[in-house]
Amino acid sequence: MKQLTDLKLKVLDLLNEDARRSPALLATLIGVEEEAVKEAIAELEQDHVIVKYAAVVNWSKIEDETVTALIEVQITPERGRGFEGIAERIYLYPQVKSVYLMSGAYDLLVEVEGRNLREVANFVSEKLSPIDSVLSTKTNFILKKYKQDGIIFEDREEDNRLMISP
Amino acid sequence: MIVNEETKKQQNSKSMQSYLAPLVRDIPPSGIRRFFDLAEGSKDIITLGVGEPDFTTPWHVREACVYSLERGRTAYTSNAGMIELREAIAQYLYDSFQVSYQPSNQILVTVGGSEAIDLALRALIVPGDEILIPEPCYVSYSPITSIGGGVPVGIETFAENDFKLTAEALEAKITPKSKVLILCYPSNPTGAIMTYEDWLPIAKVVEKHDLIVISDEIYAELTYTQKHVSFASIPGMMDRTVLVSGFSKAFAMTGWRMGYACAHPDLIAAMLKIHQYTVMCAPVMGQVAALEALTNGLEEKDRMIESYNQRRRLIVQGFVDIGLPCHEPQGAFYAFPSIAETGLSSDEFAQRLLMEAKVAAVPGTAFGQGGEGFLRCSYATSVAQLTEALERIGEFVHKLKTS
Repeated sequence: MKQLTDLKLKVLDLLNEDARRSPALLATLIGVEEEAVKEAIAELEQDHVIVKYAAVVNWSKIEDETVTALIEVQITPERGRGFEGIAERIYLYPQVKSVYLMSGAYDLLVEVEGRNLREVANFVSEKLSPIDSVLSTKTNFILKKYKQDGIIFEDREEDNRLMISP
Repeated sequence: MIVNEETKKQQNSKSMQSYLAPLVRDIPPSGIRRFFDLAEGSKDIITLGVGEPDFTTPWHVREACVYSLERGRTAYTSNAGMIELREAIAQYLYDSFQVSYQPSNQILVTVGGSEAIDLALRALIVPGDEILIPEPCYVSYSPITSIGGGVPVGIETFAENDFKLTAEALEAKITPKSKVLILCYPSNPTGAIMTYEDWLPIAKVVEKHDLIVISDEIYAELTYTQKHVSFASIPGMMDRTVLVSGFSKAFAMTGWRMGYACAHPDLIAAMLKIHQYTVMCAPVMGQVAALEALTNGLEEKDRMIESYNQRRRLIVQGFVDIGLPCHEPQGAFYAFPSIAETGLSSDEFAQRLLMEAKVAAVPGTAFGQGGEGFLRCSYATSVAQLTEALERIGEFVHKLKTS
C-alpha cells in the first residue's frame, strides 16, 4: 500500500466531505497552488485511490423503496486462491452492493439489494447458496439506515447559535 | 368613577430608572445588541456575526456529562473546582504553553472566562485605578472595569501593525494611576497574535510601571501560523499575570460556561473569596465535561483547528478577490477587513450589508477605538455558507463602488 503525501490526504478528506469542491476551492482551503491540487487529484484517480465521485442517497426518502440485506456467508476457501475466486463470483452480480472478508464466525459479508424481500430471497437460494464452496448463509434484512459512511440520515437539529454574539 | 390605581401609583412613585445604581445605569448598551435585534428579524440571512464555534461539543464530552448525571453527580464541588479538573488544567497548560501552576492554590475554575476576568478585576481595583485595554477588543472589558469602579483607558491599535500592541502605545497611556493591563491575544475581533518577540518590550513596560496583567487567552489554541505564546511564559511575568482561559473556543463548549483563571496564590485566594460568595462553584456538569475534553478530546480539538484554518484561508482569499484590504488574521476565527474605501462608516456598511445583501457581520465600532472602518467577520461557519456570503459581499461592494 502506498504512503500518501500530506497534500493528497487533505484533498481526500475535503473531497470525502463534498466531492463537488473545485480544485481552486481545495487549493485555497489547503493553502497550496491550484496546479498542485489538480496533479494530486489526477494521480489519486489514476491510482484508483479515488474510485468514483457519487452521491450519497437516502433511498428511504423515495416511495419506490428497495430492500437491502446483509448476508453472512460461510465458505470453504479454494486451494491456491483462498477466498478471492469465490468473492469475485459473488461481487460480479450487480445486485451485490458490497462484499467484505470478515474475521469471526463467518467469512464473507455480502450486501444485497433487491426490489422486495422475494427478490433478495431468490438471489440467495438460486445464486448464492448453490455455489459449491458456500457452506451456509444467514440473511439479515436492514430495517432502517441511521448512518452510512459517516453520514447521519436523520434530520438533525440545525445550527442553533445566536445570529450575532460577541 | 373608576380610578386607574396602577396609573396613579406610577405617577406618585419615582421612575424605576432613578433607583438604579448610576454606575450600571450609565453603561452604554452593547453595539452588538442593537445589531442583534436587527439581524434576528430578517430572513435568509447568512451570519458571519457569531462569536462561537460552529461545531457542536464532541459527542464523547456530551456523553460523559450525561453519564455523570445518570450516576447522580449533582452536588456542589469544591469552590475552586474539582481537584481532578484543576490537575488536568495544570498538566494541559504545562504541555501546551510551558506555564506551570499548582492545582491546589493557583487555579480557579470559573463560569466561563468572563467570570474569571470579572473576579480578577474586582479583586484588584481600588476605585479610580486605571485599567489599560488595547482596542479594538472584546466588548466586556470596559464595562466590567467600570462596574468594578475602575477607569477603562483604551489603547488604540492599528491595522498597519497587524493590530499588535506596541510598547510605545502602551507607555503613552500610562499614568501614576495605571494598575492593570488587559490583554487578549489571539484577538477577538482582529485575529491578531503576539509573538515572543512582540511580548518582550511589553513585558519591560509592565515591569517598569509595576502593572498587573490580565491575559485573556481564550483563543490560545486557535493560532495558525505559529504556536501561541502565553504572556505568563515571558520571563518575570508569571507572578504579574492572571492567565484567563476556558473551554468555549478550543473545545466547542461555549454554552457550558467553563473557564478558569491561573495566578499567584494570593490573587487566586482573593478571587476565590468573591467566587465562593457569588456563585459557590462552577456547575458540576460542566466540570465533568471539561475534564473529559482535556482527557480524551485533544485530537478532536486539533481536527477542529485544522478546519478553522482551511476556512481562514478561504475568507482571506475571498476579501483579496473582492478587493477589500484585510490583514492576515493569525489567530481566533475572525477576519477584520477594512471597508473604509467604500466611503461608508462601519455601522452603515454593516446595516446595508444586512438589509441589501443578507449577510450579518459586526461593525468594528462595537469593539472600541480603532474599530471604525472595519467589519468583524467570523469564519466559524460552513465552507458552503462562507462561499455564498463572500459572493454576496462581493456583489454588494461592487454595487457600492460602481454606483
